[in-house]
Amino acid sequence: MEFGPIWRALMRNKTAYVLIALQIAVTMAIMVNAIAIIQERSRMMARPSGVDEDNIFYLSSTGFTTDYNDRAAIVEDLDAIRSLPGVVDAISSNTVPLRGGGWSSGVATEPGEDADGTGVAVYFVDEHGIDTFGLNLVAGRNFEPTEIEWYSIDSTLWPRAGIISQDAAATLFPDAPHDAVGKTIYISNDEAIQIVGVVERMQAAWKDWEGVERSMLVPAFLEGSSTRYVIRTAPGERDRLMPQIEQMLAESNDGRIVRDLNTMTETRHRSYSEDAAMIKLLVFIVSLLTAITGLGIVGLASFSVARRTRQIGTRRALGASRPAILRYFMLENFMVSSVGIVAGGVLAVALNIWMVQTFELTPMAWYIIPAAMVVLWLVGQAAVYGPARRASLVPPAVATRSV
Amino acid sequence: MIRYYIKLGMLGIRQNPILSALMVAAIAVGIGACMTIINIDYVMSGNPIPQRSEVLYHVQLDSWDPNEPAEEPNEPPNQVTYLDGTALLGAAEGRRQVLSYRSTRVVQPADPDVRPFEVGARSATADFFPMFDVPFLYGRGWDKSADDTLEQVIVLGREINERLFGGEDSVGSTLTMNGEVFRVTGVIDDWTPIPKFYDVTTGPFDEVEEVYFPFSVSIAQEVRGDGNTNCWKPRDDAGWNSFLNSECVWMQFWVELHGADEKRDYMTFLDAYVESQKRLGRFPRPLNNRLNDVMEWMADQEIVADDVQVLLGLAILFLVVCLLNTIGLLLAKIMRRSGDISLRRALGASRSAIFSQYIVEAGVIGLGGGIIGIGLTWLGLKGIEILYGELEFIENLVHMDWVMVLAAIMLAILSALGAALYPTWRACRIHPAAQLKSL
Repeated sequence: MEFGPIWRALMRNKTAYVLIALQIAVTMAIMVNAIAIIQERSRMMARPSGVDEDNIFYLSSTGFTTDYNDRAAIVEDLDAIRSLPGVVDAISSNTVPLRGGGWSSGVATEPGEDADGTGVAVYFVDEHGIDTFGLNLVAGRNFEPTEIEWYSIDSTLWPRAGIISQDAAATLFPDAPHDAVGKTIYISNDEAIQIVGVVERMQAAWKDWEGVERSMLVPAFLEGSSTRYVIRTAPGERDRLMPQIEQMLAESNDGRIVRDLNTMTETRHRSYSEDAAMIKLLVFIVSLLTAITGLGIVGLASFSVARRTRQIGTRRALGASRPAILRYFMLENFMVSSVGIVAGGVLAVALNIWMVQTFELTPMAWYIIPAAMVVLWLVGQAAVYGPARRASLVPPAVATRSV
Repeated sequence: MIRYYIKLGMLGIRQNPILSALMVAAIAVGIGACMTIINIDYVMSGNPIPQRSEVLYHVQLDSWDPNEPAEEPNEPPNQVTYLDGTALLGAAEGRRQVLSYRSTRVVQPADPDVRPFEVGARSATADFFPMFDVPFLYGRGWDKSADDTLEQVIVLGREINERLFGGEDSVGSTLTMNGEVFRVTGVIDDWTPIPKFYDVTTGPFDEVEEVYFPFSVSIAQEVRGDGNTNCWKPRDDAGWNSFLNSECVWMQFWVELHGADEKRDYMTFLDAYVESQKRLGRFPRPLNNRLNDVMEWMADQEIVADDVQVLLGLAILFLVVCLLNTIGLLLAKIMRRSGDISLRRALGASRSAIFSQYIVEAGVIGLGGGIIGIGLTWLGLKGIEILYGELEFIENLVHMDWVMVLAAIMLAILSALGAALYPTWRACRIHPAAQLKSL
């Protein structure tokens, strides 16, 4: 191959090639890190919440009159909603996964102020909770109707039973995560809660929380003028039932307003909207950048071909074939790209280390670097092909003319 | 002479229209991408109250758990307890102070055909309005005496006044909320501090609240906060009073202090207050109180989203790529015209003349790129607005002011000149005769 002569020719006119190599290096650093972020966000967005997202919606009811009876309203409303055809089940709960607002609390395996706590998201549900959310109970049992209490935001006592997610079990009992049922955990320092069941998965309300997979269901109705009804419908019935139930609740009592009607699908969409937007933005930036770098390569290659027209003619006149000329320019670009790509790999790793430290991102997967290398080599070769082909079409006779 | 260079520059640009267009495009795209993100960062990190930001201080007291800090490494909680907030308010050691919290209320319009609706509300002490320079359309805030006598008065936002009173002067009118009747004392004019500095615990770029209540009235009516309520210590009892006396933090306390002396004195006062509370068995952690002025507090709370900072870094690198591209193209262009340059040098043009000519040409390209770049920035901001459409506050972040327009033009020209420097220097070094030989 002609590596030697090409390299020596490159060295005679370094600047332009150094510029292209630098450009490729920076492009590669951006590309690799953007892909790392895209991957991280996509992974986050792909996590299931554990609930039957397609068929769940929820709405809030807020009583505002001074004589509003919230206990009676919750019981009546749930009876009315559950008896509607198309409704699979319904509960009054404090929140739903991914909603952004909720209740978290520290729980520990030992009582007392000094015990090491683990944060879990708390969901207040009755015995219909598992069915309404569509959770998969993998151990233990559901709550009994007799276990359900009335609980107020001011209460200092906690319900006595709890159902936790597998992830919460694994964090609380790292030695025996499968034997969580029957164990006792402590909340508010020394309030004992017995674990009666474990569900496969139930996410918390906050998607960015490190403990998003740790949840606990407790058997209680949360008292207060404002409550949230979570309703699961038969497949395909959700959109029909939403306005119907909203209207039913609004008309059944003048002393309240019904608001915040949302489906789980919308909630997921909204919860991850910034991540989705970030992904689109990064894809756009990387595509544009690759295009600009490609155009830069085309520009410089055209220039270099134009400048060397006579040399090419001479080489052709001395017997070089067309493919040899084509190969010369393709190889030249390959060598320049390689320098840029190697520098880019170093730059990409440095940028990633900085971003991981500053923004607490997860470090990138190693294979992004070779993948980006291949992409940039291909882009370089594709960009240089046009000018190189034009170079190969230079007739040998050019050598004999004076420019 | 400069007019001649501009003429030559235009001529040069027309000689190589594709190459010139590529250069303008590279600068425009680089400026557009970079300025879009810089603009968002600029708005997000802007000063919401420039005229008073240095005299308003946010107060933090470390009343947290002895076993762990409210936030790593050793940060005090970002709100205060009711006990401490009211104690600091009562002490009145600053020039002015305000204690406030966010809640939700239900408005019951007088017209029975209009359904009741929910509004975001803020319960605050009287100094909220003068301290934060709140502009009034009608009337004014309530008197301090209303705080003491539990007078049922309110201040309305402009929008809700339009909705309920058709935009008329509603001062003196009454309004029923959650079954209680309130009298309007004032209507706020358009007011959008970005970020909403006085309470960043819930969305820092959300709109301000629509209705304002005297703090003491809301406490008496047992109105809960609907922002963040964080507790570390289990409560002794159920009920509202036990909640008020708990170690839960859920309010924001701000104090007005002029100058370093007042700040130091206030810090001394805070430390003395905490010491006195320690004797009562509260504040188990070591002394760790904080006073931050508005901009310090915004920086401490990391108001600018991480995503924006990541994008800013990438956008700057993006501009670097575009500039490398421009340098390459300019070099190509100048080298192509080396014969021309040689000829001019041989005919007596000085190096500085060649330098001026090509720098002017680059400046024209930079200006073109800058102007198109501003257009692209505008497009970019529109794109961001559409892309982040789910965020209600996004429209507040995508405005471009004249500072940013100027910044875009300056950045474009600087970029173009920076990019032109090396190729132009190369042009000056072309020997008068060297290129003529082959002609």
